[in-house]
Amino acid sequence: MDAQYFSEGRVRAGGHVNYHWNWGIFFEPNPMGTGTYLDMLLSGLVLTLKTGVLAWIIALIFGSLVGVMRTLPSKAAGWFGFCWVEFFRNMPLLVQLFLWFFVLPELLPKSAGLWLKQLPNAPFWTAAIGIGFFMSARVAVQLQAGIGSLPRGQKMAATALGLTTVQSYRYVLLPMAFRIILPPLTSEFLNTIKNTAVAITIGLLELTGQARSMQEFSFQVFEAFTAATLLYLLVNAVVVTAMRFLERYVAIPGYITGK
Amino acid sequence: MIEISHVDKWYSPTFQVLTDCTTSVTKGEVVVVCGPSGSGKSTLIKCVNALEPFQKGDISVDGTKVNDPKTNLPKLRSRVGMVFQHFELFPHLKIIDNLCLAQQKVLGRSSDKAVAKGMALLDRVGLKEQAQKFPAQLSGGQQQRVAIARALAMDPIVMLFDEPTSALDPEMVSEVLDVMVDLAHEGMTMMVVTHEMGFARKVANRVIFMDRGEIVEDAPKEDFFGKPRSDRAQKFLSKILSH
Repeated sequence: MDAQYFSEGRVRAGGHVNYHWNWGIFFEPNPMGTGTYLDMLLSGLVLTLKTGVLAWIIALIFGSLVGVMRTLPSKAAGWFGFCWVEFFRNMPLLVQLFLWFFVLPELLPKSAGLWLKQLPNAPFWTAAIGIGFFMSARVAVQLQAGIGSLPRGQKMAATALGLTTVQSYRYVLLPMAFRIILPPLTSEFLNTIKNTAVAITIGLLELTGQARSMQEFSFQVFEAFTAATLLYLLVNAVVVTAMRFLERYVAIPGYITGK
Repeated sequence: MIEISHVDKWYSPTFQVLTDCTTSVTKGEVVVVCGPSGSGKSTLIKCVNALEPFQKGDISVDGTKVNDPKTNLPKLRSRVGMVFQHFELFPHLKIIDNLCLAQQKVLGRSSDKAVAKGMALLDRVGLKEQAQKFPAQLSGGQQQRVAIARALAMDPIVMLFDEPTSALDPEMVSEVLDVMVDLAHEGMTMMVVTHEMGFARKVANRVIFMDRGEIVEDAPKEDFFGKPRSDRAQKFLSKILSH
């Protein structure tokens, strides 16, 4: 059915000359009775932001833990980190969301599976956690590289002063490592937001999902996706700008990128 | 103060970096460790505060065995000051915060006390005006003086120096050595890995010469410079003192 709608849009645009542009469509009421079509898109945008931000928080927390584990001398920690990263980065995100959403409930004992399926907002939580774990593997690898790029003597100096391993990471290694990987982390944050569009496949009505429904109801495919595109661009422009400010704020005087 | 007895360290059965090293440093003594590069002198000094593990033998500092699994290593290390070849100041912290971090987090000193102590030590190494700057804004010699002050802020019972002037431009070497000479004159117990034979002549009590992971010569300064017993030490001295 979905493919049919898409192809219909194509035929209308390409095949027939008479595609009826109607930019006023955004201010017409949507058939769900939740306001205008614009309201529909904006509600999708809000869900995209909620999913993206929650997924990013999860990615940062788990990515940091796993990234640190991969730099510890402990073999067990290193192995756990290795398995985590390879599991979450070697499978397509789409497959992972299907796994968590469709397969996991079937693998669990019946009652637990049923409980999981009936959770309110299941697509939202699945998407946030699934995308968060997927992105955490990427954050972990970058943090590992950031820590690895610090001189070996930094850890030694911290250790020689009597700082414990936890303190060395907290006060010496991580503040520098995160500064170093801030630019690539910006890209990962943007990727996280963009990846929320994949959640349309498990029924999350985020921005892309709402643009699709708008197209289905109104047949104004170009208007719907132009608006969605602009909204994505806008959100990511805000993120990029905010991260630039953050980079400048934490820059170290006299050091690489600092002034 | 430091007892090193029969220490062996190897990375693999065929790659031994320390062989049967035995020596000691008594309270108030200044011991210079020298030798060609790759002779294990840096490794030996890093074994003293357990930055490097070793496979055989014993090292104890002020009666505490560093290779005993029950030893509280962070606590022991906090009493052993260490200065590195590449300074290893923490680049994201201001100079004064470099001096305060471990005082507060390890010794539990209050911020006021730590800052007061830090400023006094910066004054002593002539860098009070730089307190609010960041490490990258200082010259190499200044950074190394800060690193010494940072170690002293912990009130160490002994100071370890691992080639403290090797990464410095020649004109900055003396400002660092001056601080170290002062420290020696005040009676600080010091173990110093260095090629600065002038420093050794001036303040060392004993000189240890290492080659290929072994302590070849361990003699009072006068004997070492006057009549080194081993061929290898003689050759080494003739090379580094020839000009």
